[in-house]
Amino acid sequence: MSLTPDDVRRLARLARIAIRPEESAAVLEALNRVLGLIEEMRAVDTQGVAPMAHALDVVQRLRADEVTERDQRAAYQSVAPAVEDGLYLVPKVVE
Amino acid sequence: MLPELSAALAAKKISSAELTRQCLERVRSLDPELNAFITVDEEQALSAARRADDQLRKGEGGPLTGIPVAFKDIYCTRGLRTTCGSRMLENYTSPYDAHVVERFERAGSVLLGKCNMDEFAMGSSNESSHFGPVKNPWDKRRVPGGSSGGSAAAVAARMAPAATGTDTGGSTRQPAAFSGVCGLRPTYGLVSRYGLVAFASSLDQAGPMAKSAADLALLLEVMAGHDARDSTSVERPAERYSQALALELKGLRIGLPKEYFGEGLDAGVRTAVEAAMKWFGAQGARVVPIELPLTRLAVPVYYVIAPAEASSNLSRFDGVRYGHRAREYADLLDMYCRTRAEGFGAEVKRRILVGTYVLSHGYYDAYYLQAQKVRRLISLELQEAFKKVDLICGPTAPTTAFEIGAKSEDPVQMYLGDIFTIPAPLAGMPALSIPCGFDGKGLPVGLQLTGPHFSEARLLGAAHRYQQATDWHLRVPKETPL
Repeated sequence: MSLTPDDVRRLARLARIAIRPEESAAVLEALNRVLGLIEEMRAVDTQGVAPMAHALDVVQRLRADEVTERDQRAAYQSVAPAVEDGLYLVPKVVE
Repeated sequence: MLPELSAALAAKKISSAELTRQCLERVRSLDPELNAFITVDEEQALSAARRADDQLRKGEGGPLTGIPVAFKDIYCTRGLRTTCGSRMLENYTSPYDAHVVERFERAGSVLLGKCNMDEFAMGSSNESSHFGPVKNPWDKRRVPGGSSGGSAAAVAARMAPAATGTDTGGSTRQPAAFSGVCGLRPTYGLVSRYGLVAFASSLDQAGPMAKSAADLALLLEVMAGHDARDSTSVERPAERYSQALALELKGLRIGLPKEYFGEGLDAGVRTAVEAAMKWFGAQGARVVPIELPLTRLAVPVYYVIAPAEASSNLSRFDGVRYGHRAREYADLLDMYCRTRAEGFGAEVKRRILVGTYVLSHGYYDAYYLQAQKVRRLISLELQEAFKKVDLICGPTAPTTAFEIGAKSEDPVQMYLGDIFTIPAPLAGMPALSIPCGFDGKGLPVGLQLTGPHFSEARLLGAAHRYQQATDWHLRVPKETPL
């Protein structure tokens, strides 16, 4: 199946990526080519096959529920685009 | 080679400062054209070299003390920016070091610089980098492969004796093949990914790149090991890969998949790989024809799973906590959308959109879940094969290095070139690429060896035996003579 310009607009919104009107035709064409490539695997009979989410046969390791990290807020916020009083600044979302 | 360099350093025939200075001078003279490095801090490198020299003077060094190592710019380094080849992280300096970076620092290695790469490791040519393409030292009109293209070119042009890369669908092995060096993808979980910028988490692995299999073995000894900070890191006894290189080839069963020698394989690649197989046969190895009919599904499956995981992983780049933020925006949603539109390049956006699609409501089962099921079938097919053979051999890539721009218009053409390197990561298995000759254009050909989980020692041993009898790995690119 191929995507329509509406599909691309929907995906772009979901992915939080702005696409300029003049780019959209090229994006649509490229996405359709990629979907054409992956189409082949859809026809494979996978009845009864368990999905493989991990490359090794291992169980998820769990650690004790203890605080192991020290406070590094200042270091981590030093690379943020905008901070104030230890808080990350974003455009106003509530009037 | 690293063992010789290491011996020279230990015997004080050369100091780490001298060695580092030689590398930096080569970077200064060759890299303005090759573009293999994104960031080099000469002062930091030289002070690390002097610290290594102090250690060596006290007789405290290990095999990699004082050896300059170039890092793919996906490894977080405190004090040296980490761009991941993207405008999104152009000015990002990590507050912490990656686990592998710490391990090399503890081993006394010198961080030489950060290598160019495809943006967020998404690409097979190093053309998607925000910092421009890397040129292949064997032919500067051509790509070095990708995504660890800068690391491969740095080693090939002898700017660095060793480098690190990462491999999600072939990103250590394919650039190694295109650039005439060696690259290893370890078993999933063998090397901690703490501090690596994440691309596709069920596939990403860190691996070494160097001139010989013996060098890869030394590097892997430093890189491998459990790390509680990566939940996929495995706990198992450390192996001394460098002490296990004398592999007995007699009776070794080498599987040759019919599907790896079909249509679309360059004649020059075929000839070189077949000659290598003949050599292994002459040493008493048993070359066994096998069939891996699901190989054709590997590329489609990978290009569902990797973009799906990437779309999730890259959602963290929102202009709030780190990285680029758009200068102008109307509201929060607009800030996200513009930040990501400006920060990501075309290939990264494409993969995020594909990933968003295959995970979206109504398509998840048909694409993502189906891909995970076919992934299991491909993995089982390889596991079955390893009941009959010890190694699987074949070309690393269907072609040698192509010209810059030749495939950049059509993503699918680029993706299809990954056909031989994708099966191992899907199955979590280790694989390496070593040089095995040249095609008619004088471009290097890579031989790929794949093994079952945790068979790194066997892969490195087989490669090392081959390199003791051949000199392909010793050849220096003619465009960057010593």
